[in-house]
Amino acid sequence: MARPARQATHWGRRIVIAIPYFWLLAFFLAPFLIVLKISFSAPAIAQPPYTPVWDSWQAIVDHLTSLDLGNYAFLFSDPLYVGSYLNSLRIALVSTFITLLIGYPVAYGIARSSPAWRTTLLMMVILPFWTSFLIRVYAWIGILKTEGLLNVFLLWTGVISEPLTMHYTPFAVHLGIVYSYLPFMILPLYASLEKLDLSLMEAASDLGARPATVFWRVTLPLSLPGVAAGSFLVFIPAVGEFVIPELLGGSSTVMIGSTLWAEFFNNRDWPIASAVAVLLILVLVIPILIFQRIVERERRL
Amino acid sequence: MLRRPSPFLRAAMLLGFVFLYAPIVILIVYSFNESKLVTVWAGFSTRWYAQLLQNEQLIDAAKVSLAVAFSASTLAAVLGVLAGFTLARVPRFLGRTLFTGMILAPLVMPDVIIGLSLLLTFISLSLDRGMLTIIIAHATFSMCYVAVVVQARLAGFDTSVEEAAQDLGARPSTVFFRVTLPLIAPGVIAGWLLSFTLSFDDLVIASFVSGPGSTTLPMKIFSSVRLGVTPEINAIATILVGIVATGTVIYSLMLKRAEAQRIRAERAAKAQA
Repeated sequence: MARPARQATHWGRRIVIAIPYFWLLAFFLAPFLIVLKISFSAPAIAQPPYTPVWDSWQAIVDHLTSLDLGNYAFLFSDPLYVGSYLNSLRIALVSTFITLLIGYPVAYGIARSSPAWRTTLLMMVILPFWTSFLIRVYAWIGILKTEGLLNVFLLWTGVISEPLTMHYTPFAVHLGIVYSYLPFMILPLYASLEKLDLSLMEAASDLGARPATVFWRVTLPLSLPGVAAGSFLVFIPAVGEFVIPELLGGSSTVMIGSTLWAEFFNNRDWPIASAVAVLLILVLVIPILIFQRIVERERRL
Repeated sequence: MLRRPSPFLRAAMLLGFVFLYAPIVILIVYSFNESKLVTVWAGFSTRWYAQLLQNEQLIDAAKVSLAVAFSASTLAAVLGVLAGFTLARVPRFLGRTLFTGMILAPLVMPDVIIGLSLLLTFISLSLDRGMLTIIIAHATFSMCYVAVVVQARLAGFDTSVEEAAQDLGARPSTVFFRVTLPLIAPGVIAGWLLSFTLSFDDLVIASFVSGPGSTTLPMKIFSSVRLGVTPEINAIATILVGIVATGTVIYSLMLKRAEAQRIRAERAAKAQA
């Protein structure tokens, strides 16, 4: 046994843990606390444009007893903010569902393919994910515009006689989200479908179940962890999406990510932007916790 | 019987892949379009690429992006390896749940929140905004991806090889560099490449934490895209897609060869034994 190495292991191990731990505390957790703090302060025309909330521990205690909730009250009183939260949640929910409908058969098809094909097909799913997100969203502008390719094609086939307005509509935003996040849905679905024990399905079908019954009663329930992981992986970032509503939705679709951006960059109202961010985190904290639970459980299996 | 994909699944896969690839293919085709209009095909031309080379602002932005992506992904690889190792090999320590949470949360956290919170942090630290702040920001979310990849890779190996080395008298640092690191190397490379792409691609976080003089390529592209579709942007998009596609193909070939080599080495070792 390597007894003398024990002490060294102990210290080495501590350092190994400490470096990433403190990095994340400093640049991931602490920033949230700062946002929280600034969300309680009043805006000021200064650099930085907010008044400090507290400077000492006594001040913290004093403040906690008389926290300025003005920014939050303002958010709730203005239908613009409430509307953009609800809008974001609805768009993200609908898009996630459509992504699931498209992604499931694709993932199932890949899982059923021969091993040689599987590797190639999986790489084809991952490849777009490696290509620039911004550019993939941008690519849709040329397709969806009034004089864009889709309209040219539809007019040519005679399906429509007048060009459709698709760019800068909620439809375009949904499409953009489904398109951009489809690989995030397919990969976890594939991971859980690939692990399925085929003999279970064969048993069901030998016992006389029709293919549809086998799917609804055996395949789908067994792949639910993948469905859940994929859905959260799409839903959570979609709620706070900025690029897609900005480029494809324009002013027709206000999502919370764009609102936060506008508060910060256009209105330069940092406390309100911070309050918007805090509420967005609160909206997302439960989905994020569920997502972590799923990932952790999957890992242990 | 259930093995092969049914015609329905085949059709779904085909449509799915057409959906995933059609916009990119269209973009590439039209980057070679002579006409300035996106929908009119006026013959093959590389004039937009030539014009691109003269756009100094764009080239400067690309240089900033490359420098940021290179530094951020390297930093992320180091931090991510340590974090992934911790997750996979240290079952119990104070605040493990918090640590796991901090690794997984950035994977789904909206960019606007990460960007805003980091900017406010840099301001309270009185750090000047510029390339350094973008590098820190990118390394922070990228390290989580590296950690997850490394952890998955380590979970695939049991600790017996590492224990054997330790029993033979290797010090922990020797075990790490001579045994663990070579085992997870493909994961680390994959993580580094992923970090590089994520950093090179990021618009939102960089917009928050960048300062004057540190405009990245996505920021530059975004501001010109807002003004409309231009063939020049199509050209730069094509170049980026080309780089990524080539990189991915090379990487997967490398991976395949390394795997074949490993299997051959294992067979040779068995034959000797």
